[in-house]
Order: sequence, then structure tokens, then C-alpha cells
Amino acid sequence: MNLHEYQAKQLFTQFGIPVPVSCVAETLDEARAGATSVGLPVMLKAQVHAGGRGKAGGVRRCASDAELESAARELLGKRLVTAQTTPTGLPVSRLLLEAPVEVDRELYLALLVDRAAERVVIMASAAGGMDIEQVAASHPDALLVSRIEPVLGLRPWQSRQIGLHFGLTSDQQRAFDKLLGGLYQLFTECDASLVEINPLVLTSDGDLIALDAKIELDDNALYRHPRLAALHDPSQEDAREVAARAEGLNYISLDGDIGCMVNGAGLAMATMDLIALHSGAPANFLDVGGGATAERVARAFQLVLSDEKVAAVLVNIFGGIVRCDLIAEGILAAVKEVGVTVPVVVRLEGTNAEFGLQRLAQSGLAIETAATLTDAANKVVAAAAATRAGLQAEVAAHQPAHVMASAGEQSSAGEQS
Amino acid sequence: MSVLVDASTRVICQGFTGRQGSFHSEQAMAYGTRMVGGVTPGKGGQQHLGLPVFDTVHAAVRETGAEATMIYVPAAYAADAILEAADAGIHVIVCITEGIPVLDMLKVKAALARSASVLIGPNCPGVITPGACKIGIMPGAIHTPGRVGIVSRSGTLTYEAVEQTSAEGLGQSTCVGIGGDPIHGLDFIDCLALFEDDPDTDAVLMVGEIGGDAEEAAAAFVQQRMTKPVVAYIAGVTAPPGKRMGHAGAIVSGGGGTAEAKYAALQAAGVFIVRSPALLGRSVAEQLADPVRRSPGR
Repeated sequence: MNLHEYQAKQLFTQFGIPVPVSCVAETLDEARAGATSVGLPVMLKAQVHAGGRGKAGGVRRCASDAELESAARELLGKRLVTAQTTPTGLPVSRLLLEAPVEVDRELYLALLVDRAAERVVIMASAAGGMDIEQVAASHPDALLVSRIEPVLGLRPWQSRQIGLHFGLTSDQQRAFDKLLGGLYQLFTECDASLVEINPLVLTSDGDLIALDAKIELDDNALYRHPRLAALHDPSQEDAREVAARAEGLNYISLDGDIGCMVNGAGLAMATMDLIALHSGAPANFLDVGGGATAERVARAFQLVLSDEKVAAVLVNIFGGIVRCDLIAEGILAAVKEVGVTVPVVVRLEGTNAEFGLQRLAQSGLAIETAATLTDAANKVVAAAAATRAGLQAEVAAHQPAHVMASAGEQSSAGEQS
Repeated sequence: MSVLVDASTRVICQGFTGRQGSFHSEQAMAYGTRMVGGVTPGKGGQQHLGLPVFDTVHAAVRETGAEATMIYVPAAYAADAILEAADAGIHVIVCITEGIPVLDMLKVKAALARSASVLIGPNCPGVITPGACKIGIMPGAIHTPGRVGIVSRSGTLTYEAVEQTSAEGLGQSTCVGIGGDPIHGLDFIDCLALFEDDPDTDAVLMVGEIGGDAEEAAAAFVQQRMTKPVVAYIAGVTAPPGKRMGHAGAIVSGGGGTAEAKYAALQAAGVFIVRSPALLGRSVAEQLADPVRRSPGR
């Protein structure tokens, strides 16, 4: 789970990490009042879960009430599109108003879980403000990585080593020891998976301040942090992905037109890849989980079909503990209940797979069964092409003849392949 | 004819009297696994499924000589269950539980480094030596005793690999699901080493996925150490970056952990890579028939 910058900075304050004077505004009135309390000039920062805000106009320096008013009007309630968002962008429902800081130097500091090392690691770079992957590629010497022993925790030498790397004075080192200690405490006490300060700045007065803040929390640990879990902002995520999570389903939107419903995350990815290998394009990743009961399958169908791009659906279930004939019943019930209008291809494997497929084939519903994975991929890619061609033919019926002919060719090609 | 577990392995279940623990213990017993008891704190002294229940793993080990455990306790208690099993001297700890916090696993791994126990999982289907010992949630019936070692980060995708190798008439020596979490026990390299040293394994099928660099590490290991043919499939070629694909560990982040990078590393190391999940069994059969042949993959 990602936090907003303003939420991350509130946590920073709790853990003794210095941040600029600030306040949060959800309305124009609050923005005006905020500017009065923080003072002018003020930095106005749109709160969205994406980087690249500065270049996208999501961070403004306002020197007067009039500038503040117009900038706040432009951002609040609008969607911000940055290099890291989708073309539709993310909604801005809050602004962070911050006192500007006179920057002398920009540094980079982050804590994250290094899975290969099986440690929390500190990453520090004197080239702050830059994308850290870029630093690692272009200036590997500028990047210092220090591993923390999970049982021992952060050690004083690690803080000294990084302070030297940054070129801090002895006064600054003392402030940095406190800052890094607070950051590690925050990381472990909040079960973070990433805490990043980019940039961490040395001000012209020589003080250390976290100018930006990014926190990712471990979803698996949210059960023991109800207050942090409450900071979740679903408006920053794909609506279908949020709805799926509420149902206990794992769903991710993709760009293609073949809806996928699979049990198991690995098999779900493999199914997407298989569709692509057969020149199709998956519309989603969806893991219905091990149970694959009628109820779950029905919800999954609703979810997959709520995406209007979907031209055909591939159901790929490996029934192990749950028998395939029961899964087939679930699919039939779901197709009837949801009123599926696009072609559905089902591939079942595992216990009682033949009974299940037989049951589907005899149902009288528009369900095509597949004997193998390859067969399933071929059938669903053809079915999606036929749906697309059918739609084109409908449109073409109102257009000149030569357009209709080409649509007709595509349609028959789709049926044959 | 196996690695890690065989017909003689004495197995207990932690979370024995719970719904999952009960169901999968019954399934394991029906498969022929040598189940000797289970652990549920507070229910020691009772009988469950015809087997003794103990309050602690230590008591279970003392009374039954248990060597392996399967853990079905909820995520909030699973890290503790692993540590208890390790302290009690259990050799093979199989943790099925999904959703253990990463920072808990970091501590568990640091503690296990000082113990002789082997951890499989968490968030995994378990380990099975067909016809001998099933520890986990995999459907026993699809497995056939044979000579292909399977190691995988996935669940149902592993079943796919098993079913296909069974259909090819090859069968499996042992199948290890190492799990989909970023921090886990046995890794590809550990399993490759076990299979390389196992006289009853002729080839290894590894099923990887996006995220981390365990497959790249495995590629280096294959190049340096393996004499047996290795076939590899990687799931997630079409996965978008920055999205967690179901498994906590399956994410392409910062440009790292892509399926293509893994395929490239494996291919360069002489691993036969297979790009279609429909051709897992077929590819192993072809490699076994003609292991010298090194084709660019399919």
C-alpha cells in the first residue's frame, strides 16, 4: 500500500525526521487559510500516488494570494497526468502547502527490503533529486548501499559511513544520526517495504530536511496497523482492482481484449503469456484463488466483463483439490447469473476434468471447451477476433460497400483460425 | 529415489486441528504420507484423525520422532510456528501459509541461518515425492513416480508442469514448491543442487516468474555445477511493470526482475528455455531424449 506525501510526512514528524512547515488543504478555503498559516511564498503540491509531479505542473511556487488561488483552482478536483500515470491521470483531492526551503545540496536516502540479501538495506546517494535507477546506472560510485542485520538493527557505524559519503559536518552528522535512526524505527514499526527521501536537502543554513517523502507499506502486515491501513486512498487505484480486492480476488487491468479467469497467480500469468504467444492480447490478470467456487467464479465473471474492451473470455482452471465437475457447475451458474454475452472458452484440467468439460459442452450455453492449453489459446484468440469483426460489421452496415467487404473477410478469417 | 522427503519421513502438522490442517492432513494420510501426529497449542493430549495432538512441536518430536512438519497456521502466527519447529530440531519445515509480513520473514531467515533445518515456503504448495510422501496442498493424483525433478515458485502452474510430465510418461522424482514470497526458504539453487546429487533424478524442470533475481542466480549455478539437463519456464512476460501479480514476490520494479532478463540469463547458461506453458512436459521429454541438443527455445 502506498501513502501520500502528506501522510508520509506526518509519519516522519512522529519519528523525529525534519520536514518543512506545512498544512493540507482539501478546499479552496482551506488552501487560503493554509497559506496564511504557512506564510507566502508557499509551495503547492498536488497529492497523487505518482512521481513526475513537478514536470506535470503538479508542484507550484505561489508568491501571492492570487497565484495561490489560481493554482489551487487549477489542481483541486482535477486529474493530474504525469509521466508515471496512465493517460487519464490521477484525481487530486488534496494539496500540500509547504514553506519553501533554500537548498544548498540535494541528497538521496532510502530504506528498502533487498530480497536477494534478505536484509533491509540503506541506499544513499549524494546525487539527490535524480531517479535512483539512473544514478545506479550512470554514477554507481555515488551510490552507497549498507545492509542492516535484522537481529542487530541499525548500527552507529552505518550512520557515520553514510554521513562521510554525504560529506556532512560534525553538527550535521549528529542531526543525521537522529534522522536515520528515526527512519529505521519508522520502517520497522510501520512494516514498510520502502521509505524514500528524494531529495533529502541540506539547506543554506546547513540543516537537513526531507523535502519529499515516499512510503510503501507491506500489505501483509497491515492487519497489525489498523491506523495505517485507514490511510489507504482507493481513489488513486484502478476502480476494478479495488473492487476485486474487496471480494478477495486478485485483479489487474491490462490493455488487451481477452478477459482471463484463472486459479493461481503463476498460472494466471502463464495464461496471459500464452495468449500473447498466440497473437492475442490479455485484458487482465485475474486469480480467482484455490477454491474457485460458483460464487467466486460469478463475481470474477462480473469483474472481467465490467471491462468494455473484453471481446472474449478464457477460463483456465486447474482443479486439484476442488473437482472439475463442481467447477463446471460454478461456471454454468455464473454464466447464467451474470448473463455473459461474449464468447467464453473454458479449459479445465485435473480431477474429473472430462466430466466437467462434458457438462459444459452439453449445457446449451455459448461455452466452447478446450482440450489443451494451446487449443484454448487458439480458440479464444479466434473468438475475440470474431467479436471484433462482428462489431466492425455492425458499424460497416451503415457505411459504403468496400468497407463492409473488408470487415466480412476479417470475420470469416476469425472463424476459421 | 527422491530429495528432501521419502516414504520413511515422519511428518507432523502444525495447525493440525484447524480446517486447513485437518483437511490436508487427511489428504496426506490418504496419499500414504507417514503422518505421526500434530500440534495445536491447548489441545495437547487429544486425538485427532486417529493421531496424537501435542501442545508444542518439542513434545511432538520427543514422542513421535517427527522429522518434517507442514504448517497451516494463520499468517500472524506462522513465523513463530517456523521458529518453534526449527528449535525443536525438525529437519524439513514446510510452510504453506500465505501472507506472512516480510520483516517477520527477515528475522526468521536470520535465525534459521544458525539451525540445521530446511525451510520450504512460505506461500507455497509444499513438497511431494510421488508415491511416497505428500506434504502440502497439491493434488496427489496428478503425480507419477519418475525421474524429473520439479522446482517452482508457483502453485497451480506447478500442477501444470506435473500433469504434463506425467502425461509424457516421465513422472517426477520430487516436486518442490519454493513459494511466491520475496523472502523464502529453499531457493532454486538449493533445489538444483539436491537434484544434481540425486541419483534418481535425470532432469530438472524449473518454473520461475517475474521479480527478484533468483532465476539469474540459478542460471549461474547451472553453468558452473549442473551436469543434468535443465528446462526452464518463466511466467510473466506480459506482466506490466510496478504491478504485483498476485504473489507478493512477483513484481517488476526499477526495471529489474523481468521475464526476458531471466530467460536471457538462463539461455546463456545453457538451460533449455520454453516459452509456452503448454510445452513444459514435451520440452523435458525432448531434452531427456537428446540432452546434447541446445535449441534457442520455443
